[in-house]
Amino acid sequence: MNYETMEKIKITPRVQHLRDMLFEKMPEIEADRAVIVTESYKETENLPIIKRRSHAFRSIMEKLPITIREGELIVGSNTKMPRSCQTYPEYSFEWLDAELDTVETRSADPFYIAEDTKKTLKEVHKYWQGRTTSDLATSYMAPEALKAIEHNIFTTGNYFYNGVGHLCVQYDKVLAIGYLGIKKEAEEQLKKVDVACSYYAARRSFLEAVIESCDAAITYANRYADLAEEMAKSESGARKEELLQIARNCRKVPANGAESFYEACQSFWFVQMLIQTEGSGHSISPGRFDTYMYPYFKKDYESGKLTLEFAQELVDCLWIKLNDLNKVRDAVSAEGFAGYSLFQNLIVGGQTPDGKDSTNELSYICLNATLHILLPQPSISIRVWNGSPTELLIMAAHVTRTGVGLPAYYNDEVIIPSMLSRGVSLEDARNYCIIGCVEPQAPGKTDGWHDAAFFNMLRPLELVFSNGKSKGEQISIKTGEIDSLDTYEKFFKAYEAQMDYMIKLLVNSDNAIDKAHARRCPLPFLSAMVEDCIGRGKSVQEGGAVYNFKGPQGLGIANMADALYAVKTLVYDEKKYTLAEVKAALEANFSGDAPVVSAEDVTIKIAGELGNKNVELNEEIIREIYKNVKEAQGGSSDPRFAQLLEDINALPKFGNDNDVVDEFAREAAYTYTRPMEQYKNPRGGMFQAGLYPVSANVPLGAQTGATPDGRLAFTPIADGVSPAAGRDVNGPTAAANSVSKLDHGIASNGTLFNMKFHPSALKGDEGLYNFVSLIRAYFDRKGMHVQFNVVSRETLIDAQKNPENYKNLVVRVAGYSALFTTLSRSLQDDIINRTEQQSF
Amino acid sequence: MDISNVKGRIFDIQKYSVHDGPGIRTIVFLKGCALRCRWCCNPESQSFDFQHMNTPNGSKLIGRDVTAGEVFDEVKKDFAYYRRSGGGLTLSGGEMLLQPEFSLALLKLAKSHGINTAVESTGFAQFETIEKLLPYIDTYLLDIKHTNGVKHKEFTGQDNSLILQNAVKIAQLSKKCIVRVPTIPTFNDTAEEIREIARFAKNQMRVSEMNLLPYHRLGKDKYTGLGRDYLMGEILPPADEHMEMLKKVCEEEGMKAKIGG
Repeated sequence: MNYETMEKIKITPRVQHLRDMLFEKMPEIEADRAVIVTESYKETENLPIIKRRSHAFRSIMEKLPITIREGELIVGSNTKMPRSCQTYPEYSFEWLDAELDTVETRSADPFYIAEDTKKTLKEVHKYWQGRTTSDLATSYMAPEALKAIEHNIFTTGNYFYNGVGHLCVQYDKVLAIGYLGIKKEAEEQLKKVDVACSYYAARRSFLEAVIESCDAAITYANRYADLAEEMAKSESGARKEELLQIARNCRKVPANGAESFYEACQSFWFVQMLIQTEGSGHSISPGRFDTYMYPYFKKDYESGKLTLEFAQELVDCLWIKLNDLNKVRDAVSAEGFAGYSLFQNLIVGGQTPDGKDSTNELSYICLNATLHILLPQPSISIRVWNGSPTELLIMAAHVTRTGVGLPAYYNDEVIIPSMLSRGVSLEDARNYCIIGCVEPQAPGKTDGWHDAAFFNMLRPLELVFSNGKSKGEQISIKTGEIDSLDTYEKFFKAYEAQMDYMIKLLVNSDNAIDKAHARRCPLPFLSAMVEDCIGRGKSVQEGGAVYNFKGPQGLGIANMADALYAVKTLVYDEKKYTLAEVKAALEANFSGDAPVVSAEDVTIKIAGELGNKNVELNEEIIREIYKNVKEAQGGSSDPRFAQLLEDINALPKFGNDNDVVDEFAREAAYTYTRPMEQYKNPRGGMFQAGLYPVSANVPLGAQTGATPDGRLAFTPIADGVSPAAGRDVNGPTAAANSVSKLDHGIASNGTLFNMKFHPSALKGDEGLYNFVSLIRAYFDRKGMHVQFNVVSRETLIDAQKNPENYKNLVVRVAGYSALFTTLSRSLQDDIINRTEQQSF
Repeated sequence: MDISNVKGRIFDIQKYSVHDGPGIRTIVFLKGCALRCRWCCNPESQSFDFQHMNTPNGSKLIGRDVTAGEVFDEVKKDFAYYRRSGGGLTLSGGEMLLQPEFSLALLKLAKSHGINTAVESTGFAQFETIEKLLPYIDTYLLDIKHTNGVKHKEFTGQDNSLILQNAVKIAQLSKKCIVRVPTIPTFNDTAEEIREIARFAKNQMRVSEMNLLPYHRLGKDKYTGLGRDYLMGEILPPADEHMEMLKKVCEEEGMKAKIGG
């Protein structure tokens, strides 16, 4: 297989129509699920929680409105309107109550909501007061941890407000034996539970809940079969036949094992969609789709029953369905996860459990589907190892070149050893998939709790300067007044101590939430598809999975590297400034010249966040915030401050292949990754650090003052392990070399490296070959992950407006390359026009 | 003397160059050139002297005296990328032939580390100078700008006879030689002029590959920065269709032609 073959298989008018329908209307919030769940909970006050959950799931499966959209071949939608969402009050509801009137007009991920729906939800929410996972989690947390959250050292908000998700289930198992098969397994297990065993009640309830959930899913599929038959009655010709085929599919799967590729696709979809109807966790990741779907494809394709064209259309239909699902988040989280993303990560290529290359026709079909659909879901990824066929990487490079930002590339040669070091078996490690953004997981047997928190590594640095105070309040340990930090070693030790303390509080907060999910929202349907829940008789949330991790991510590696290097050089080595002077300059945001973000905007942002946290606001408080912001942005203006900023900016920075600075990045990363390894989570597994941002580097930056790397107050912090914006000026290989010098293996919850390219760099076949070589060489040097942003005309226009963020953007033509931002306006305009025409 | 200590004068090192020779390459730009091409997109390369150039980030000193060893330390950092892509080191300028000892040192260092080498050159030097470098050059990217000596002199400041004589010898003795033609409206972008170059490449040089590099204005700001007039005025880059037509002309003459490097 290769790109040339796939290129001939075009998107069909049906798929194009389905794609168009997705965007006809604004996404909408629907209330059906919230109503059904609430009614069910009211009926089950006396049952064990796991049975209440399966009862609720059954009610949803029996009552949730169903719909078959025009022209669909794969059916199953949990909302009436495309790209809309249900709500999940059992996790939290206060934020939604507070945002009902603003959710339609907010800037990040707005949703339409009908007046009736608002009324219904308000009514329903009354029941949930004091009964949610977030309520319980708060009561489990240490007061110090709550204080640290209040002061924005870290946020555990994602799972505090929502389900956990972040799993890849045993799709292969459902495809093979169906829910009737899984039910039978649970029944067998139930017979074995000893009545005298101390766990009898818990195990029996759990297994009964699994059985009820399996039945519920089958009921739901049968409702679709009925609906399709009904609809067929008023259709004729080809559509009638299609509907009757849909009915036959839904009668058979997911109750039974699939036999054809078409049935396997339908069965896959029910699994994928129903998990996201049971709980609100995102990053429900299909994982190695090209591997577990392949037996069904191969059988039909080789026997001549299935053409490549039809297989492509079915996969395209699934890609549409993956974009049809949606989720409403609170306004602050919506900024951190901007883009309505559900992070359903689907990965192609890589090694088999016994170490061979797994690439097959479906790997190409999956990438081609992304070329056809050009939408963010699934978050498509590709595994790369020394045995990966170049044709597959070229196919992937074609996808990258479109500018869709996909696929993400992963390095088997780093991830597999990294997982082995965490106690994952060799076969399971070789079989890894990616969850959500960048998190490696052994599919079907792991509860990874990836994405467990965003930890802002710059805030503990601020705490070093303030001796543990934030906004005048002692929220952390005292590491000494700054004049006592008379050597760089003491300064760095103080930073490590602040980090250690805050990491401890993060652990406390995460474990409290973990416990709350086990107590209030165990998920029996999900647990039916994760090894070894049935064997152990416990849900995923109670530790039923084979592997249990918790992965919170740290942000700001590049800023910390540059900051530590600047402090060491200017304060301790050259003694050009005292630490006190640096502190004063930071407080004044290096002189108070025109701040990047206006004080008004920052105030609105802060007030909005406080509002979301249900802090009561009045005019006086807002005026106070404004005053503080104004002061932070620079009341005093000392010429030395501007000089300091100039001196900092003149120093070498992380991202330019400079061994000295890059070593600071390694050390900075260790201050987060190493302490994390010692902590345990309540499900019996360990913590493992990740270094990636989703899009939280922007809101977290807005909560952080100026830092000694020359970053101005409230501006974004660096993205993942990438160099700070505009600081890498020696081209992509130098940036990649710097990033590859970090110890990626210890960040076993994943690292993220973003590279920006102008399309001129990927021009022609040679451009693609060189691009693939760049990835291979970065991976030879033990990089873990890389993804590419091939800039569009719009990005270039943004670069004209905000040149400081695009200092590394290079336009390449033969014999010449130019930094975009250094060109005159007229030449920039010329390039923008040429970018539109793709003519370089 | 250890070749690492040979001194030279450069004005830039550019990594991840993907349009100048095979694979991913690092270009070392040497300072100083004998030609004064009106369209030159690197006018700061022409004089061997240090110069100040105004840029959006303030005045910048152009030119840096370095040893071959220092430059090579930078070049070898991207070894992994050369190995995967078949790329390597490219010497450009200015004109690398004006600093032959330094160029030789860099080329030798690269070859001794198994790194592929290429040069972008005008071919304007005594052939004895060129001859010493050829064993260490894997790809010679040789500019042939015009076959008409008068026009050549008018637009580049130099007659082309030495270049054309050298071109034949370089093509004969180098491992691989590709003819590069900066395609400049008002100078050489008619079908007849390009055809003459293609015929020269085919019949006199007996090479098979040509690159047509369309004129661009990306260096325009630098003229202002150096306090010089931009002699190309408002001339626009050639249209894509025109470049395709010229490519066909080369192909009609039996050459393998490519637009861009």
